[in-house]
Amino acid sequence: MHSCLIGADCRLMIEPRRPLRVVRLFVAGLLVAATAVGWLAPSTARADLQVDITRGHVEPLPIAVPVFYGETEEEKEVGRNLAAVISRNLEYSGLFRPVSPKAFIEKVSPSMLGQPRFADWRIINAQALVTGRVTLGPGQKFSVEFRLWDVFAGDYLAGLRFQSVEGLWRRIAHKASDAIYERLTGESGYFDTRIVYVSESGPLDNRVKRLAIMDQDGENLRFLTDGKSLALTPRFSPTAQEITYLSFERGAPRVYLRNLDTGQKEVLGRFPGMTFAPRFSPDGNRVVLTYAKDGNSELFEMHLPTGDISQLTRNDAIDTGPSYSPDGEFVAFESDRGGSQQIYVMESDGGSARRITFGKGRYGTPVWSPRGDLIAFTRQSGGRFAIGVIRPDGSGERILVQDYLVEGPTWAPNGRVLMFMRQTSRDPDASELVTIDITGHNERIVFTTTAASDPAWSPLIP
Amino acid sequence: MKIRWLVSLAAVLLVVAACESAPDTASSAADDGSSTSANNTDGSDASIDSSNVETQVASIDASAPIPGTQEDLVQNVGDRVFFALDSAVLSPQSRGVLERQAEWLNLFPDAKVTIEGHCDERGTREYNLALGERRAAAARKYLMALGVDGSRLETISYGKERPYALGHDGESWNLNRRSVSVVN
Repeated sequence: MHSCLIGADCRLMIEPRRPLRVVRLFVAGLLVAATAVGWLAPSTARADLQVDITRGHVEPLPIAVPVFYGETEEEKEVGRNLAAVISRNLEYSGLFRPVSPKAFIEKVSPSMLGQPRFADWRIINAQALVTGRVTLGPGQKFSVEFRLWDVFAGDYLAGLRFQSVEGLWRRIAHKASDAIYERLTGESGYFDTRIVYVSESGPLDNRVKRLAIMDQDGENLRFLTDGKSLALTPRFSPTAQEITYLSFERGAPRVYLRNLDTGQKEVLGRFPGMTFAPRFSPDGNRVVLTYAKDGNSELFEMHLPTGDISQLTRNDAIDTGPSYSPDGEFVAFESDRGGSQQIYVMESDGGSARRITFGKGRYGTPVWSPRGDLIAFTRQSGGRFAIGVIRPDGSGERILVQDYLVEGPTWAPNGRVLMFMRQTSRDPDASELVTIDITGHNERIVFTTTAASDPAWSPLIP
Repeated sequence: MKIRWLVSLAAVLLVVAACESAPDTASSAADDGSSTSANNTDGSDASIDSSNVETQVASIDASAPIPGTQEDLVQNVGDRVFFALDSAVLSPQSRGVLERQAEWLNLFPDAKVTIEGHCDERGTREYNLALGERRAAAARKYLMALGVDGSRLETISYGKERPYALGHDGESWNLNRRSVSVVN
């Protein structure tokens, strides 16, 4: 996202006559240009409108997202869609409450984009307002422009102009949502992201498990494997262009690497046995995985450019479930070396492993937050499963959610939201994906067309 | 789950019953020429003379499994052993089953098996893949200690992905923490 949108830089952005900065993004061969706009806005002092997301439960901020203005029927339809997707994204974050369009007084017009009648929005108690316009050019080209306003201060807060092709309107809605979220919370958003997960169907003793990928809101679903063999534990590369995952397609379980654009895939490494539990390093150059032989599972790291392999653990215990710290210096993993499954942190060359979980029960699936401050985990205790977070030094353990079976947390790229798989005791045959804020609030089911497990949240799409 | 259990129990009872009345059923089976040809899986015995076939068939019960097959292993030896929670330790019962499997593998020296390691659903996915591998390896090591050549014994772990019993209770979990020998 455009760096101009963050904090104090925004004041620069809203200065009149400042040259526009353009960000060009290549998306599957198509060009999206995002331009910061602000030439009509008054250059005032920094607004106070801010959502504090560090507290537990916040009262969602009332925000109005009227349909984006369009001249033609086609433009109007895209304008409606954009407003609907932005509203939905903001609402699902739990930090915003879109005001019902039925309450709107000001009619959508070309002038509203640059100078809304704030009184009309104050009276319905919308604290923030999003205005926008869609223009379809020749061919499939179109441009979208939006602005975010502080209604009570009458201030312009942020704006972007996107030039793209019409088919990408959804991504523009997500990018606009990210810009709004970022301007109002001070944190980067997570709406222009994807989820890769295991889609499950069929009877439990012959379950079809195929990899599927979709936008974070459940749209644009695509299956990556055909379901003839088990495919599990997909994880994104830092560019979101590749995934690494486990497949049984050649009989023995093996770690694969797959390019999402070309569909090309390869087995990772020449291990004479079973490999599983892969995860990319933050720089994308390495994959850490588990290699099991003769009843012993050990962690190995493979350097992708050279194929060099190094062994990180060496003992009789199960060592698996590795996850790098965001600086690549450390690896969190799970091991039963102390007698039961617990989480450890070691240096990424394998040195100085120390246990960080000492609570009641078994701990697994450590996943390091992209912010570096927390490690999410799955805990089993007293016949129940829980998702929690803990600091890398082992302090501050906090349980966020418990159920019959919850497992496999994955972080939103801003480190504020976790997604995981859940089976309830009410319907243990079904599994669903759920998101929850790290405050423990705002639990929401993610829409999937089938039962689902093992979600992995992508970074923000470049 | 219960139904499958009952079906396999019924199958065992049928075999027992069939064995007890083997002489009667064997003669009727001998009338059915198609069952003999179905038993010739590799086709190399096509030239076998008919009197031999008669003798062979007379000694086999129609409902009994073909020796050396998975069905034979399941019905007459036991294809699986069970494990305690989060454990790959072989119990005395499990050792007993594996000892019979070793004898059976000695009877059929061409047979190769894949030992599948499985877990119950009360564990995390990746840990269970490791635990399943550990269970399969424990069974393999014991079979090798009993003299079975390791080259005949492959292992694969399915973790918790392929439950046998489909319930969500202790009885089902007990049945799912298992290693299963599958004739290739």
